[in-house]
Amino acid sequence: MSGFTFSKENEKYFENLLKRYPEKSSLTLPCLWMAQYQEGWISPEVMEYLANKLETSPMEIYSVASFYTMFNLKPIGTYHIQICKTLSCALRGSEQIKRHLVQKLGINVGQSTKDMRFTLSEVECLGSCGTAPCVCINEDYVQNATTQKLDELLDGLSK
Amino acid sequence: MIVKIVSKNFDIPNAHLLDVALQNGRYGSLKRLFSLSSQAVIDEIDKSKLRGKGGGGALTGEKWKLIPKECDKPIYLVVNGDESEPGTFKDRQILEFDPHLLIEGIICTSYAIKSHHAYIYIRGEYVFWAKRVQNAIDEAYKANLLGANVGGYGYALDVTLHRGAGAYICGEKSALLESLEGKRGHPRLKPQAKEPEWFFGNPTVVNNVETIASVPFIVENGADAYLAYGTEKSPGTMLFGLSGHIEKPGIYELPYGVKMIEVIEQIGGGVLGGKKLKAVIPGGASSHILKADEIESITLDYESLKENGSELGTGGMIVLDESVSIPKAMKNLFEFFHHESCGQCTPCREGTGWVDKILGKILDGNGTKKDLETILDVCDMLDGKTICVFAPSVAYIARSYIKKFRSEFDALCTKG
Ligand SMILES: Cc1cc2nc3c(=O)[nH]c(=O)nc-3n(C[C@H](O)[C@H](O)[C@H](O)COP(=O)(O)O)c2cc1C
Ligand code: SF4
Ligand code: FES
Repeated sequence: MSGFTFSKENEKYFENLLKRYPEKSSLTLPCLWMAQYQEGWISPEVMEYLANKLETSPMEIYSVASFYTMFNLKPIGTYHIQICKTLSCALRGSEQIKRHLVQKLGINVGQSTKDMRFTLSEVECLGSCGTAPCVCINEDYVQNATTQKLDELLDGLSK
Repeated sequence: MIVKIVSKNFDIPNAHLLDVALQNGRYGSLKRLFSLSSQAVIDEIDKSKLRGKGGGGALTGEKWKLIPKECDKPIYLVVNGDESEPGTFKDRQILEFDPHLLIEGIICTSYAIKSHHAYIYIRGEYVFWAKRVQNAIDEAYKANLLGANVGGYGYALDVTLHRGAGAYICGEKSALLESLEGKRGHPRLKPQAKEPEWFFGNPTVVNNVETIASVPFIVENGADAYLAYGTEKSPGTMLFGLSGHIEKPGIYELPYGVKMIEVIEQIGGGVLGGKKLKAVIPGGASSHILKADEIESITLDYESLKENGSELGTGGMIVLDESVSIPKAMKNLFEFFHHESCGQCTPCREGTGWVDKILGKILDGNGTKKDLETILDVCDMLDGKTICVFAPSVAYIARSYIKKFRSEFDALCTKG
């Protein structure tokens, strides 16, 4: 038995999307997104549920989910801090920002704090090169980021 | 130098909302559009020589003509908003400031190719921008600018927004369609002859966001109005980007053919902090690097960049000042290439990683002259033996970094 099911809203959204694509398999990414918003990550239960729903195998869902960097295959912190490390940001100080955050949070890139409040990642170009350096916290871009700006933001986050 | 065709409404407050958009000319092309036949719209675009803005610069009219005239299958339009080429942040301005221009362009394009359903594929990280566009789509449906009877002209069109989830390679059109079909974003093998793209086996056009946003101006004002800008072979305008060591980074709409150095100095305000210019990567990370002395004569059009051994690409210029270590910049980009190789072809998957590793060794002070030869050997392996053009273009780029800045690499290779 699967321990995950879509919420009512997601179920409705799913029915809606079915009409908008020539084949069901197109719903794979939209479904993974909905599940991740609901559950926080793509758990084995989610994969099993989606496989059923999309008439495919959990292995196929895993294969797709693991291709895309934004699907979390394990739980992550409440706040996911993603530092862009690609060239335009590197030229404008992303390295200093990384050093600062590593020190501030006491974790390395790729790790989460023990209380699972923060996860620190480095990511590739966010399409914000003109306002570099860019850091993305959960889904919000912090553009022209400075250590001071980030400190204020992070210190102001709700517990 | 600056012109405002696509960016016309960018500075108007709230132009992303339908009311304001309508007051500022949006959907103004529909009247002429629906007075023309589909074929006449294709002819108009063909005549305008509108070039694709996603990086390749293909002629848009030529692409649309590949859709079969008589076709019992549904035809699709897929708009490429994956925008992940380092140095590129232009489509985002359209999504943010004028999403209704994009929808207007989708209506024009769909009518021309006889499509009744268009998908906008937006990179997963662009959450704010996806919401903007979805909002505009919802507004357009409510105002009957989308749906069963577009603008009251009797044409049916649905538009669906589809979000990616973090994979650079999904910007490649066939990988994008694989992804839209719900699969891993693996590029497909290229056909021998020219043919349309295929979405679940149905003929499909894939165009970049900016290309589609350029269409309404041409439909409304005619091809000649567009041909009045730019050069003979690269007519019109493009949203050029400046990032890196530049005083005023940003997106500027310019006609093709303006001098690169003038854009950097006059529009971009010159190199950051008044330093000396070392090099420019002219069209996103996948274009060949140009040394400061090479750019003096270069104009921003496909032909000039090509003659000078590089590419106009996405028009996203990354400016490097004299303090930049080129081997370090190259390592930065190879981390990107290695991370973003889709992994289907062994030479690409492994080769990009090897180059990254060897560059790391060189930068750590453990490099030998032989290491540089190894990189060049790996490039030969990357070139011409893979499914998509990602690997060969990475190989060309690597060679150009080493060839143009050999002494910097040699100086680091001190261990023999
Ligand atoms: C590796 C790779 C990445 C690409 N990324 C993008 C992209 O992010 N956005 C885009 O519009 N085109 C991208 N392209 C080009 C597309 O394959 C395609 O040519 C383009 O979307 C067609 O639209 P256009 O003719 O309007 O430019 C990429 C191509 C390659 C080979
Ligand atoms: S060349 Fe690289 S990116 Fe292109 S299909 Fe092969 S492995 Fe994927
Ligand atoms: S390089 Fe960081 S946003 Fe493009």
